Amino acid sequence: MRKVALGVFCFAAGLTSAHAAEVAPLDVVFDESGYVATPLTDTPGDPEAGRKLMSNRANANCVACHAATDLADVPFHGEVGPTFDGVASRYPEAMIRGILVNAKNVFEGTVMPSFYKVDGFNRIADGFTTKPLVGEVRPLLTAQEIEDAVAYLMTLTD
Amino acid sequence: MKTAPIRVITTFSAGLAILAGAAAADPDADLVINDEIQIITRAEAPAHLEGALPEIRSGWTFRTRETQALQMDDFENPGFSAAEMAIEAWETAEGSAGKSCADCHGTVEEGMKGVRAVYPKWVESAGEVRTIEMQINDCRTNRMGAEEWKYIGADMVNMTALIASVSRGLPVNVAIDGPAREMWEKGKEIYYTRFGQLDLSCANCHEENYDNYIRADHLSMGMSNGFPTYRLKNTRLNALHDRFKGCIRDTRGVPFDVGSPEFVALELYVASRGNGLSVEGPSVRN
Ligand code: HEC
Ligand code: HEC
Repeated sequence: MRKVALGVFCFAAGLTSAHAAEVAPLDVVFDESGYVATPLTDTPGDPEAGRKLMSNRANANCVACHAATDLADVPFHGEVGPTFDGVASRYPEAMIRGILVNAKNVFEGTVMPSFYKVDGFNRIADGFTTKPLVGEVRPLLTAQEIEDAVAYLMTLTD
Repeated sequence: MKTAPIRVITTFSAGLAILAGAAAADPDADLVINDEIQIITRAEAPAHLEGALPEIRSGWTFRTRETQALQMDDFENPGFSAAEMAIEAWETAEGSAGKSCADCHGTVEEGMKGVRAVYPKWVESAGEVRTIEMQINDCRTNRMGAEEWKYIGADMVNMTALIASVSRGLPVNVAIDGPAREMWEKGKEIYYTRFGQLDLSCANCHEENYDNYIRADHLSMGMSNGFPTYRLKNTRLNALHDRFKGCIRDTRGVPFDVGSPEFVALELYVASRGNGLSVEGPSVRN
């Protein structure tokens, strides 16, 4: 991790997190390739928070499907998706944000779930309870968590 | 039931020696149960799959060598002791008719050999596709005057394990044409439908990603030939509909009910994907 940059991000987050403006899931603007150029919040993503949440089983659980050398301390990396190594050298930030928001816009028919999407689901349950969800669908990640994950992935250059 | 099991001589191929560690699966091992029942664990994909899988493989081929070994000898297979518990129920008269399964069907081998291989199937007299569980409950209520068993309860799972055990080695061969066709089509549709907030279909995991790890789980082709399965994870026999339920739950979805027409259709379709693999139940999985 880039410790210096990190301190700056945390500081920024501390300043603005109270009433950060946020793009709601249904208001996200995609380009024709499914990329999302505009950050979902005006609080810059925190790569360290992103790293943590991506390896956390309860939240994003990205490592259930992806491996990354930088995340080698997390047990049980999956093989369903490509490794994150060097992803920031392969893809621009807008694409990575687009993949996280709704991977199906970028990779048609992909297995990867959409993490900032609230409609179009079939038989959606309340988490892993098997009980039908009552009320609003909450996206798998919050706007800020998406930005944090994007910020972390952007540190993974070749 | 089998009589005197001899200790298993494993037939790991020489190449396997290079596979390091306890976790390695042995996809090429032969499965011979009690040194006598030859199990087909890899077979040509049925024509209806239209090339979706290059070949079909039993879930056994994806398990670790330790787990594989447990299924090679009935003394080691905890699912087999559960199946044996159903022998008593088989022979015990119950209900207002005062009859046992044995009164109508004879011994389990006589009455049930080959049954597991062809179910679910269209039952003409009932005018519907039925699972073995449905047939068991039909016998219990209509012929014995006894109470139904819970669809995935222990009595039922043990009995289906006993019934499966006498067909071990026979190739799965469910019919998908004729009157069963409609249910099969319905099951196929469910198989390819994405469920839950993770938006995943059976095919996403078991057709597109078999042999990959998803977290700590080594994904198999999701075949049903080994059911019921004894799972080391929950240390009991697991019915197929219980497994379906768990897989849909893992998508953050709402599963269909056990025994529902949707799961019966899915069972028929999943079984047909395994046409050609041997019946293995009760098998051992993790
Ligand atoms: C259920 C499996 C699954 C989960 C969970 C998952 N992904 Fe993915 N991901 C994939 C697959 C499969 C691809 C490849 C896209 C394709 O071609 O279909 C992919 C592609 C990507 C890519 C592009 C990488 C490349 O080199 O092509 C990024 C970035 C990514 N995922 C990030 C994430 C993040 C961050 C999370 C968690 C918040 C996550 N993924 C969770 C399956 C998953
Ligand atoms: C998120 C991934 C995922 C999805 C989606 C999924 N499964 Fe599974 N399934 C698993 C895992 C993990 C296992 C345990 C390892 C294995 O045997 O593949 C499993 C096991 C199974 C088994 C047991 C195989 C055996 O040999 O014991 C069957 C049968 C099965 N799944 C069928 C289905 C069906 C039918 C669906 C759709 C309703 C489905 N699965 C959806 C992950 C999934």
